[in-house]
Amino acid sequence: MSATLLTVSYLGAAILFILSLGGLSNPESSRRGNLYGMIGMAIAVLATVLGPQVTKAGYPWIIAALVVGAAIGVYAARVVRMTQMPELVALMHSLVGLAAVLVGFANYIDPAASAGFRGAEKTIHEIEIYIGVLIGAVTFSGSIIAFGKLSAKISGRPLLLPARHWINLAGLLVVIWCGGWFINSHSIPEGMKPLVVMTLIALLFGIHMVMAIGGADMPVVVSMLNSYSGWAAAATGFMLSNDLLIVTGALVGSSGAILSYIMCRAMNRNFVAVIAGGFGTEGGKPAAAGAQPAGEVSPISAADTAELLRGAKNVIIVPGYGMAVAQAQHTVYEITKHLRDKGVNVRFGIHPVAGRMPGHMNVLLAEARVPYDIVMEMDEINQDFPDTDVAMVIGANDIVNPAAQEDPASPIAGMPVLEVWKAKNSIVMKRSMASGYAGVDNPLFYKENNRMLFGDAKKMLGEVLVALKA
Amino acid sequence: MSQLIGVPREIEAGEKRVATVPDVVQRLIKLGFRVAVQSGAGDAANFADDTYRAAGAEIVGDAERLWATADIVFKVRAPSMVEVEAMRRGTTLVSFVWPAQNPQLLEALAARQATVLAMDSVPRISRAQKLDALSSMANIAGYRAVIEAAHAFGRFFTGQITAAGKVPPAKVFIIGAGVAGLAAIGAASGLGAIVRANDTRPEVGDQIKSLGGEFVPVEYVEEGTGVGGYAKVMSEGFQKAQREVFAKQAKEVDVIITTALIPGKPAPRLITAEMVRSMRPGSVIVDLAAEQGGNCELTEPGQVAVKHGVTIIGYTDLPSRLARQSSTLYATNLLRLTEELCKAKDGVLNVNMDDEVIRGTTVIKEGAITWPPPPPKLSAAPPKPPAKAAPAPAKAHGHGAAGAPSSARTTAIAFLIAAALFWFIGANAPAAFIGHFTVFVLACFVGYMVIWNVTPALHTPLMSVTNAISSIIAIGALVQVAPPIGEASDRPTAWIVALALISIALVAINMFGGFAVTQRMLQMFRK
Repeated sequence: MSATLLTVSYLGAAILFILSLGGLSNPESSRRGNLYGMIGMAIAVLATVLGPQVTKAGYPWIIAALVVGAAIGVYAARVVRMTQMPELVALMHSLVGLAAVLVGFANYIDPAASAGFRGAEKTIHEIEIYIGVLIGAVTFSGSIIAFGKLSAKISGRPLLLPARHWINLAGLLVVIWCGGWFINSHSIPEGMKPLVVMTLIALLFGIHMVMAIGGADMPVVVSMLNSYSGWAAAATGFMLSNDLLIVTGALVGSSGAILSYIMCRAMNRNFVAVIAGGFGTEGGKPAAAGAQPAGEVSPISAADTAELLRGAKNVIIVPGYGMAVAQAQHTVYEITKHLRDKGVNVRFGIHPVAGRMPGHMNVLLAEARVPYDIVMEMDEINQDFPDTDVAMVIGANDIVNPAAQEDPASPIAGMPVLEVWKAKNSIVMKRSMASGYAGVDNPLFYKENNRMLFGDAKKMLGEVLVALKA
Repeated sequence: MSQLIGVPREIEAGEKRVATVPDVVQRLIKLGFRVAVQSGAGDAANFADDTYRAAGAEIVGDAERLWATADIVFKVRAPSMVEVEAMRRGTTLVSFVWPAQNPQLLEALAARQATVLAMDSVPRISRAQKLDALSSMANIAGYRAVIEAAHAFGRFFTGQITAAGKVPPAKVFIIGAGVAGLAAIGAASGLGAIVRANDTRPEVGDQIKSLGGEFVPVEYVEEGTGVGGYAKVMSEGFQKAQREVFAKQAKEVDVIITTALIPGKPAPRLITAEMVRSMRPGSVIVDLAAEQGGNCELTEPGQVAVKHGVTIIGYTDLPSRLARQSSTLYATNLLRLTEELCKAKDGVLNVNMDDEVIRGTTVIKEGAITWPPPPPKLSAAPPKPPAKAAPAPAKAHGHGAAGAPSSARTTAIAFLIAAALFWFIGANAPAAFIGHFTVFVLACFVGYMVIWNVTPALHTPLMSVTNAISSIIAIGALVQVAPPIGEASDRPTAWIVALALISIALVAINMFGGFAVTQRMLQMFRK
C-alpha cells in the first residue's frame, strides 16, 4: 500500500469518526454512528499495518497483541453492569493515558524517529514528546484514582492536603524546569532523567488532582479525563506527524471539554473551582448557615405511596445516584409500566449531573427498558411540574434542592435544579436524613406537600410495586 | 402550664358532629395540650367515650364543668347564648360563628373577653387550605347531596343493559362548581350518571371535565369571578340567559343539585316553579343553598317536599348526616389551625395577628371585635419573591447554540490573544508543524460543532465511543513495532518493540471494549 493510499485511508477514517459522533445526536441514528466508528477504526488500523511504515516482520506480534487486548476488552464489555459504566470508562481512559506514555518513551528512545529533525524541528519534536508523555501520565494516574473512587475502592470524600494549590504550582514549575533540561540534553540517556522525573510528577499530580475532587463532582472529572485522553492522542499525533491521530485526538478532546463544561454549568460551578477541588471551600459558609432551620418532615409508607401514585394522572420520576447504588432501575421500570398500563402519564426528569457520569441515568433507565421518549431533560420537563400530581425523587438530593433558587446564601445558589416542589405532591426516597454531597440542608424535605419514604430504594420501591399490584 | 382544650357535646337539635376525634386528640396531646371531652360528645358520630379516653382525653360528665374549666373550647356549631353564659372569661373559642349573620352572638362573646376564631372566616389562600373547614364540609355536603338524590330517585343512576331490558343512565345537572358542586360531580359520575354542570366562572370548566362532567356554559360574555375565588352577583342580562339554559336543562335531566352561593348574600333564585313543573315526575332537586333561602323557589329549608311530582330536598344538615366523616375532617382542620397557633408545641396558644391566616380567622381578640378582617391581599398566585436568586444560566442545552454570545469586550480580548498566539507560532514553527497545527485547530472546531448536537441522553455512550475512538493512538504504537529501517546499531529494538506491543495490547482492550460496550448500551435505547 502506497503512502498516498495510506493518507487517503486516514482521511476516510477521520470522516467516519466525525460521522460517528454526529450519529449520537439522536438514539435512532446512534447505532449506525457506532458502526461508522468501528469501520473507521478498522480502516485506520488495517491501513497502518498494511502501509509502508510496518514491515511483515511485525505482523505476528501485532496480531498477537491485538488478539490479547481484544479478548480482554470484549469480555469486559460483556460482563460490565450498567451501574458500573463510569468505572469502566474511567479505567479505559487510564489505558489510553498509559499507551500515550509508552508510545512517547518508545519514540524518544528510537533514534530513527527523530533522525530527520534539525534545529527548531528537533526542539518542537521533543516538546511534542514531552507534552504527550505529560498529558498521558496525568490521564493515566488520574483515571486510576477516578476508577478507585467510582468503584468505592477509595473514599469518595475529597482529600484536601494543606497548601495543595502550592504543591500543584511547585509541581508545575518543576515540570517546566525539567522541560528545559530535557530539550537541551544532548544524548538520549541524559534526556531520560528529566523525562522520568517529569513523568513521576505528572503521575503524582494526576493522583492528587482527582483525590481532591469529591464524589458528586465525578461527572466533571470523568469527562475531563475523557478530554485529556483525547489531547494525549493529539499530542502523540504531533509527535508522529500523523494527521489522523491529531484529528481524532482533537475530536475526543473537544468532546470531553464540552461535556465538562455542560456538567459544570449544570452545577453552576466554575471549571477551575471543580479542578481545584473541594466543595464549599470557596463558597464560604458551611452547610446550613444560610439555610432554613430544620423543620419537621412527614414520612410516608410504601402503601400510601402506592395509593398516591394510583390516584395520580401525571407522575414525574427524578432518579439520582441513589437509584444506581441500590440497583433499583428495574423496579422503577416495573412501577412505570404498571402505572402506564393504567393510563398514568409517567415521565422521567434527568438532571445533567445526576449520577456519576454524564448521561448515567439515561443509560440505567435504557438498560431497564424504559423507552427513551419518556425520559426528559431538565429543561424540557421543568415547566411541567406544576401540572404534576406526584413527583418521585429516588436517591437524589442536591439536584432537587429549592435552596438553589430561593436562598442566595446557599453554597449551591444559582445551580439549575429540577423544581419538584412545584408538583402537587412530592415523595423523596432516601435512606436517612443525611444531607447530600454538597452538605447543604434541603428545604424540600420540610415542604408541606413533601413526604419522605425512608429506606433502601430498591426495597421500598419493591414494596410500592407490591402495594400497587394488590 | 399547658392549656386545656374542652370539647362539649353539640346541643343543636339534629347536630351529630363533634369537634374532635380520638386520632386528633392524640396529636393535640403531642402538641402539649390537655384535652377534655364531654361524655357522649361523639356518640352520634360513632366515637365512644372509651375511644377518647384511650387516646388520652379526660371525659367530663357535665357541660357546665367543661365550659368552666376549659382554656380553649372546640365546637362545631356557633355557641348558643346558654353556652356563652357558661363560658369562663378569657376563653378561646374555635368554631363556626358566621359573624355577619350573628351580630348579637359576637357582642355576647366580646363581653366575655373571649378570643374567637371563626372556622367560617378562614381566608381563601393556598396556605390556609389545610384548615379550610368550609371546604371540608362543602365536599361532604356535595357527596351527600348525590346520595340523598339517589335515595329519593326511583331509578338507577348508571345505565345498564340487562336481560330484563335496557336502563338509560340518569342525567344529573349541577349548578355551581365550587367545592360542593365538584364533589357532587365526582360522586354522581362515580355512580354512572351523565353529569352536566354550570358555573358563572368560566375557568372552572376544566375542573368539571376533569371529574367526568360536561360543562354547560351560559353564552353571555361576563366575567363571574369575585374576590377570593367565589362567585359574584351577575347582571340582569346574564341572569336571563342563565334562566334560559336552566329551563332547557330542567326539561331534560332527572336530578338537579344546586350549590350556588354568593358570600354574604341570600342564595340566588335559579330554579323557578315553572322549571320544576317542566321536570319529569319522579325527578329530584337537592338544594344545598336551602339554609340561605334556597336556589329553588319551592325549597322548604330543612324539609323534603314533593311539588309537581318532583322531590325537593332542602336539608340544611348534610355534613351532619355523614357525621363520622365530617367530624374527622373538621377535627383535622382544627388540628391544623392549632398547629399554626402553637408553633412552639408547648401547649399554649399564641394568636399571632401578624399572620394573615390567623388574622383573618380571628373575629374577636381578647374581647375586641376584629371582624371583618382587611380583605385578603390576593386571589390568585402570590407574586414571585423579589429576592429570587440570579437568573439561571442560559438554557442552550445540547441543541446547537452554545449559550448566549459573550460580550464584545471578552470576544475582542479572546481574538487578540488568539492572534498573538498564532503570530508566535507562525513566526517560529517550521512548515511541517504548521500543516499539522492547521489540521488540529480545524478538527477542534469540527468536534465542537458536532458535540453540541449530541443529545444529553446519549452522553454516556458519547464518552464510551470517544474513548474507543481515542484508541487511534494504537497507530503510534503500530508504526514502532517493525519500521522499514533495517537494523540500526544504536536502536534499542527490544525495548521499543516491548513498549509498543504493550501499548497495542492496552489500546486494543480499549478499542474493542469501548465499541462493544457502546453497542451494548445503544441497543438498550428504545422507544
